[in-house]
Amino acid sequence: MKLHTINLNINDQVRTVTVRTGDTLLYTIREKLGLTGAKPGCLNGDCGACTINVDGWPMKSCLMMAVEGQGKQIKTIEGLGNTLIQQAFVEHFAFQCGYCTPGFIMNCHSLILKKPDADDSTIKEWLESNICRCTSYIEIETAVKSALEKNKHHSN
Amino acid sequence: MLSFDFDYYRPKTLQEAVGLFQNADRNGKKPMYISGATELLTLGRINLAFTEAAIDLKDIVEGNVMQFEQGYLVIGANLTLTKIEEANLFPLLTNTSSNIADHTARGKITLGGNICGQIFYREAVLPFLLADSQVVIVGPEGVTVKPLNEIFNEQLILKKGEFLIQVATDDRYIHAPFISIKRRQQWETGYPLITVAALKIDGEVRTAFSGLCPFPFRSKKMEAALNNHELSVKARIQSALAEVPSPILNDVEGSSEYRLFVLQNLLEDVLGAFD
Amino acid sequence: MNMEVIGKSVIRKEAQEKVTGRALYTHDYHSTRKLSGRVVLSPYAHARITSIDTSNARKVTGVRAILTGENIALTGESMRDRPPLATDKVRYHGEAVVLVVADTPAQGDLAASLINIQYELLPVVHTPTQAFQNNAPLVHERLGEYKKEKDVYPVPGTNIAHHVKIRKGNVEKGLAESSVTVEAEYSFSPSDHAAMETRSSIAEIRPDGTIKIMTSSQAPFMVKQLIASYFNEDLGKIVVDTPLVGGAYGGKAAVQLELLAYLGSKAVGGLPVEIFNEREQDIIMSPCHIGLDAKVKIGADPNGIIKAMKIQFLWDGGAYSDKLIDLTRAGAVDCTGPYKVENVWCDSYGMYTNHTYATPFRGFSHSELSFAIERTVDLLAKKLQIDPLELRYRNAIKPGHTTPTRVLLNQSNVGNLQECIEKLRKLIRWEEGQVKEINERLVRVKGISCSWKTSTIDPNAPSGVILTFNRDGSINLMSGVVEIGTGTKTVLAQILAEKMKMNVEKIHVRMKVDTQTTPEHWKTVASRGIYMAGRALLEAADDVIAQLKNIASIVLRAPTEDLEVANSRVFIKDNPRIGVDFKEICYGYQYPNGNSIGGQIIGRGNFILRHLTYLDPETGEGNPGPEWTVAAYGVEVEFDRRDLTYRLIRAASVIDIGIVLNEKAALGQVMGAMSMGLSFAGRETFYYDELGQVLNPQLRTYRPLRYGENPEYLVDFVYTPDLQAAYGARGVGEHGLLGMPGALGNALSLAANVSLHHLPLTPELIWKTKAGKV
Ligand SMILES: Cc1cc2nc3c(=O)[nH]c(=O)nc-3n(C[C@H](O)[C@H](O)[C@H](O)COP(=O)(O)OP(=O)(O)OC[C@H]3O[C@@H](n4cnc5c(N)ncnc54)[C@H](O)[C@@H]3O)c2cc1C
Ligand code: FES
Ligand code: FES
Repeated sequence: MKLHTINLNINDQVRTVTVRTGDTLLYTIREKLGLTGAKPGCLNGDCGACTINVDGWPMKSCLMMAVEGQGKQIKTIEGLGNTLIQQAFVEHFAFQCGYCTPGFIMNCHSLILKKPDADDSTIKEWLESNICRCTSYIEIETAVKSALEKNKHHSN
Repeated sequence: MLSFDFDYYRPKTLQEAVGLFQNADRNGKKPMYISGATELLTLGRINLAFTEAAIDLKDIVEGNVMQFEQGYLVIGANLTLTKIEEANLFPLLTNTSSNIADHTARGKITLGGNICGQIFYREAVLPFLLADSQVVIVGPEGVTVKPLNEIFNEQLILKKGEFLIQVATDDRYIHAPFISIKRRQQWETGYPLITVAALKIDGEVRTAFSGLCPFPFRSKKMEAALNNHELSVKARIQSALAEVPSPILNDVEGSSEYRLFVLQNLLEDVLGAFD
Repeated sequence: MNMEVIGKSVIRKEAQEKVTGRALYTHDYHSTRKLSGRVVLSPYAHARITSIDTSNARKVTGVRAILTGENIALTGESMRDRPPLATDKVRYHGEAVVLVVADTPAQGDLAASLINIQYELLPVVHTPTQAFQNNAPLVHERLGEYKKEKDVYPVPGTNIAHHVKIRKGNVEKGLAESSVTVEAEYSFSPSDHAAMETRSSIAEIRPDGTIKIMTSSQAPFMVKQLIASYFNEDLGKIVVDTPLVGGAYGGKAAVQLELLAYLGSKAVGGLPVEIFNEREQDIIMSPCHIGLDAKVKIGADPNGIIKAMKIQFLWDGGAYSDKLIDLTRAGAVDCTGPYKVENVWCDSYGMYTNHTYATPFRGFSHSELSFAIERTVDLLAKKLQIDPLELRYRNAIKPGHTTPTRVLLNQSNVGNLQECIEKLRKLIRWEEGQVKEINERLVRVKGISCSWKTSTIDPNAPSGVILTFNRDGSINLMSGVVEIGTGTKTVLAQILAEKMKMNVEKIHVRMKVDTQTTPEHWKTVASRGIYMAGRALLEAADDVIAQLKNIASIVLRAPTEDLEVANSRVFIKDNPRIGVDFKEICYGYQYPNGNSIGGQIIGRGNFILRHLTYLDPETGEGNPGPEWTVAAYGVEVEFDRRDLTYRLIRAASVIDIGIVLNEKAALGQVMGAMSMGLSFAGRETFYYDELGQVLNPQLRTYRPLRYGENPEYLVDFVYTPDLQAAYGARGVGEHGLLGMPGALGNALSLAANVSLHHLPLTPELIWKTKAGKV
């Protein structure tokens, strides 16, 4: 087995972890670092349940090897602290079973960061990266729009 | 997660990358260049890809450029599709690329990986086929620049140890009128049923396709038919249909008969767009 | 009724956990001792296993055990026809053949890839119609020998696993008296539940023999019962834990991975073994959403009043009968759709094929049968040139009518369909017409449908609730209902808060179910959570109130009849200032001198459905379920007449819900179900090749609806209370889904001017149908 000891900057902490080259970042943060917020839904880049942020952008952590994560700023849902988008998800019932929720929230979190003025088509382009099997998406749409709106007021 | 183990390299220069490849190859490690690594991870986990030495090209500076140089737009092969879309220097590319996979995945998928991928859609190559782009190839014999259309035949034909580092496109094509349509089996997500990209230059329409055959292509014969102004639009389309290379895909996205039906309408839309 | 808590959109009790990533699902529980069980799946749909060579796999570092199917008991809920690991032959692509237990998943996968299995191909049974033919290859040669429950009727020597007959009135006479008849056939392949959390189970056998299982399941109590009965284990030694479940929709009602995890653990001396389904395995190995081939004939008089229906359902149950038996019955009992029909003949056959075996899909056979029925009702309307909404209104089921199994309906056990139809009419602006031209190519078209559903559940299915107090007077609520995403536990808290007239914040619900300490709730299926657990809860609340009043009456020196409970206090009705807080009495009352009376208050309640019966094997007569929820639906599409493509514009449901318990949660359930129904109707199916292999076992090619593909949703309710249920609430978790395939099929058939008889309703299907190629 080829093991590498690497440093990962996750949620503003440097974590040292031993990985195989074939380990995905998803596997590593869940199994080695105990950050189980990111979920395995397909391990194939299709569902978005494993979405985290890398250097501020959304990233499917099943599409990234842990060794690729060196030198990047990684944020998982555990690193968010009561953000507008989390509040909006609660208020607008934008989850049911909750399994897709961390991935959706991390994608939305990036969206608000990178595209604070996102219009409908940008929101759609970003959010079609994730699957929610429970809600109708309308709840998620309402949540993300209300968070974008509040974010504008905050930053003004 | 991959069940096999491999060495992982992160070369900084072109020469280093080639050297690593040759060395690993000598040791029988089935080396593989990677850039986004999404295929290695997704095909590797179901045993459709394998390597014992992955050479990650991401850190090579030449592969990360995106700028106009002497009338050419040069785009590095290591750039992710979202980076290319954000910059939007080549609108037809943005348009075509932004329908590949999904936004988050495109933050990992690279131009080089898509063009050289095993997954046969390789939609990002279509605009470059239309624009007669030049590709910059690096290999044991050094750096060479070749017309894409010469070395792209269903896929980019690379010799062992070679990789794609840049694609250069003449400014003229960047500003040419274009249209790109991705039709799927149903609604707005998924692999292409057919993707067509088209542009008009010097009064002629050019078209390239993905999803129609098990490879992306641009067909001079189809273009000749479509540009035959002696015929009516309907007749031009019919004669273009007769020139579609085989085999026409017949799979879960759609039957080959149905693809022809869709293609006919798409061609109507393409011709209509340039009227 | 003037209610304080019920009907409000109370924030879900597990909301904070879920939006912070702290919510734990089965696969999130970590222990370094957990071994990984990897399964080798059959690449073929029907083949004899000629040899299995595991010698190379055994050499892989970390491999602890390799199991094959011999000497393992047969399993199956109603009929024991399924080996947990295939023996002799494989019957579907994806069937589990070998189980490898290794220290890590990577080691397990490596070993699995080195196992060499030789197969000899057998002819494949591709569809239930083919399975039904006389000369069809047999999926089970020894059907007659399987152990089964008494109300299962397999036909040995055929592929019929179960047959339910409905014989009501005289169908031939009814048809003869009809002035018009319509007849049509429908079919669609199996598909998938695609819950975002794939199934996973962990089993461990402790040194004292306790079998501990953690599983992502809708039926933890069933897991316990079945493991005990399949493998002769002590019921009391089996403890099943179910944490939060990441979506289920019926797919997690079947018991499968638990058995493999248990067998794996047993093979390694009881160490914990996890079976975690990767997506492909979840799709092809674990049970799927049933397919159907149906024939429907309807006869009516010139006014469109339905006189008779003759129906044949051939359910594509796949390779094993597990839940097929129930699905076959559920489809039969509501076979006519929500219409008054005096003469009914229905043969509902549960068929074996070489597909992945089936398990309930949200709606339990009803979205499937509704597609066939509702398309045919539209054909009837077309033939008679009667407005399809009006035709449904005229035939709508009502109190005083009887169901196909001859249950007499009354004001309580059936909702008000006509009112649903009336509300739908307004909601979708039916008066503006069904078809609206946009331009030469585009047209907007509406389609409608109706549904009804009862829950065919075991006649003796139980539900229990326990309430305990904390010393601050707050209450802990324990119920065996699994939180699969429906918010049921929050709604239970609301019901309790309403009943106790207390703040819902002071009610703590236990989210996890553990079969040792949580009172049993049969299964979290069939929208029966609130219905059954709600009743049990009310009984438990009464119990608690009585106990509180007893102590308070001593403390307050007043008879219990004079006392009232509200705001976490017991007080004197006509003088509320005299009272005592829960916190002073819920653990006994202590007098100033130290003397104490009473003690810890523990409330208990239970519920069991009344008067349910088995069905008569010859006529189907019997009472299959407690009540019928009814609904009416509309779907509007924008159809492109050149490309034959369409967009979903609007989807509407009007459901007789009885009462809304939590508004946003109820809307969420209905809209989520509609979304799933449209996805099923418009895109989801398994594609098979000639060998019966599933060609699209990944979410890249099996594609649930995505953000932005959804229509606008319109939801309205009718409120006819079910007098047996807590606050009159009817089940509503599934109903948004049931009418979507029918309504979409009706809209597109009109838009494309062609009769569509298959699912999913893709542009290619429309094109093929128009071209006469299906
Ligand atoms: C969720 C998802 C959806 C997808 N949907 C689509 C779609 O709709 N349309 C479509 O076209 N594709 C689609 N794909 C395929 C995707 O675009 C390809 O897998 C892509 O090629 C991978 O890019 P990468 O940068 O990750 O490549 P890698 O995994 O790094 O490499 C892919 C292949 O290309 C080779 N390679 C990489 N870089 C170079 C280079 N510079 N020179 C030479 N060879 C190189 C590698 O050796 C490897 O064989 C999808 C993929 C995913 C994950
Ligand atoms: S698990 Fe990464 S996208 Fe599904
Ligand atoms: S809330 Fe269950 S998948 Fe989104």
